[in-house]
Amino acid sequence: MTVPVRAVSARGLARRYDDVEAVAGVDLDVEPGEVFGFLGPNGAGKSTTIKMLCTLVQPSAGTATVAGYDVVRQRDDVRRAIGLVFQDPTLDGYLTAEQNLRMHAELYGVPKSAVGERMTDVLGMVGLTDRRRSRVSTYSGGMKRRLEIARGLLHAPRVLFLDEPTVGLDPQTRASIWRYINELRRREDITIFMTTHYMDEAEYCDRIAIIDQGRIVVTDTPEALKASVGKDRVQISTDDDEAAMAALRARFDVSPVLAEGQVTFAIAGGEGFVPRLFAELGVPIKSVSVSRPSLDDVFMSYTGSTIRDAESSGSSNQWMRMMAGRR
Amino acid sequence: MKLSHNLRAVRVVWQREMIRFTNDRLRIVTSLIQPVLFLFVLGTGLSTITTGAVHGVNLRTFMYPGALAMAVLFTAMFSAASIVWDREFGFLREMLVAPISRWAIVVGKCLGGATTASLQGVLILALAGVVGVPYSLSLVLTVFGELLLLAFTLTAFGVMTAARITQLQAFMALNQMLLMPLFFLSGALFPLANLPGWLRVLTRIDPLTYAVDPVRRAVFAHLHAPAAVVHRLNPGVTWNGWRVPTWLELVIVTAMGVAMLGIAIWEFRKAD
Ligand SMILES: Nc1ncnc2c1ncn2[C@@H]1O[C@H](COP(=O)(O)OP(=O)(O)O)[C@@H](O)[C@H]1O
Ligand SMILES: [Mg+2]
Repeated sequence: MTVPVRAVSARGLARRYDDVEAVAGVDLDVEPGEVFGFLGPNGAGKSTTIKMLCTLVQPSAGTATVAGYDVVRQRDDVRRAIGLVFQDPTLDGYLTAEQNLRMHAELYGVPKSAVGERMTDVLGMVGLTDRRRSRVSTYSGGMKRRLEIARGLLHAPRVLFLDEPTVGLDPQTRASIWRYINELRRREDITIFMTTHYMDEAEYCDRIAIIDQGRIVVTDTPEALKASVGKDRVQISTDDDEAAMAALRARFDVSPVLAEGQVTFAIAGGEGFVPRLFAELGVPIKSVSVSRPSLDDVFMSYTGSTIRDAESSGSSNQWMRMMAGRR
Repeated sequence: MKLSHNLRAVRVVWQREMIRFTNDRLRIVTSLIQPVLFLFVLGTGLSTITTGAVHGVNLRTFMYPGALAMAVLFTAMFSAASIVWDREFGFLREMLVAPISRWAIVVGKCLGGATTASLQGVLILALAGVVGVPYSLSLVLTVFGELLLLAFTLTAFGVMTAARITQLQAFMALNQMLLMPLFFLSGALFPLANLPGWLRVLTRIDPLTYAVDPVRRAVFAHLHAPAAVVHRLNPGVTWNGWRVPTWLELVIVTAMGVAMLGIAIWEFRKAD
């Protein structure tokens, strides 16, 4: 019996660019069959880590193996064992989808007899069968992404790396990409290692690692991470928000803020707190909602800073700062 | 790395160049415009001051090898530019991360450029009759072979520079700056005899000289012109009075191509 090799394993993996420590010593273990999410803001070092794992960038320190092969000493073995979808598109727009795939099959040495069937398979999986003969330049952004994922799978890799596979796509297309990824994990015996800076997408992963400024701050399942924050988000609307906020501060020792037009605060055991709130606040409450912490909250709680993303609005940043400060 | 796998990669990179060439009719036509203008407008215009013909040989006939070289020159450079283009649009990375040796990519690219550029030359070759050069199979084969060598060397040169220059505009500007002097000094426009010393030296340094001359020799070998005329218009390339034989000229072109191919491979090995 052989012990199944780890899909990805890294110890002290680091990369410097001149004076920038892009990745500052990362330890990672990804088991075969997992969907592993790498979560962090822009510039956190996600792409650089992926590039080191995919043998595109030499680590300046540390070691890593992918599918059991060393990323420095067994480059070609690693490359054959992985599929890659980059953050930036790498398709040839002049060629058709089929021609792009055929080219990939040749570059990866897919056995001639298997190419046709494999192409039909992956095109079907991403729903591009009827557009297979169109030039890629006529594709929409979402179709290109799907084709890239199909291409990454063509040579039946053991680990598929996806660097921000849904960035820049509209919500519907993002959802459809995720449908394909979920379909994929059901159908193929494959490990998926992906990065994202969309918190909601990390929910789809079996485990996630939060990376900030080149360091992994925590690795766990999304559920465990959310549980670890230990606080729920409570939002109330009242006729007199100022008075409600003052009362909250005085009687319950919480720091409410106005977020999304509602008085918002964090407290452990939010649902059990609601009856007390009604009894003791002294300001009439029109509505109340309690939500479990999101991964945004998790991120803030672990990194202590706002996610430096264009998507985040001012009010949610304020909320996040509060979550972080009140840990 | 298995050789057969790398050869598959060479072939598919070459094939991609061919697909792109044949799909791009506009490029084929526009690449023909310059040599055709050169041949018919410049050739015809200039022949008025030389009273239509130089010793019985039409000026267009004389300029014909130059037009062939020109067609190859521009197409080969365009092919090489596509590497810069591929980098900008990301496709180069798809090739660079594949589990193949880098030489396979560079060789495939150079062979692709060489093939498309010499095919472009063949289109000009079809005009032989119009400029008074008799059609003959041996002429077509000889010239095609020589153009293939030239195209290969030019693409290797382009790919070598493209490894360094990552912006399309800079690449185009550099080539514009280099191509015109190379072309003017190559003997495409005038016989390389009886020139002032400085110009003679420059023409002998120009690598393109050693590609244009063999083509002209092949063309003149198929003309039935008096010996004196041939001597005047097709003096060949001399070093200190010694006429450089065709085989040596072709060796020079090939050696340069192979050297630049080597440098290109070496440069792409370092690239990530
Ligand atoms: N080739 C490079 N040269 C210099 N700095 C780089 C290079 N690649 C990345 N960096 C820097 O390393 C840091 C991490 O970048 P990256 O890994 O791309 O982050 P992410 O993918 O998480 O957005 C950034 O500060 C970035 O500017
Ligand atoms: Mg990135």
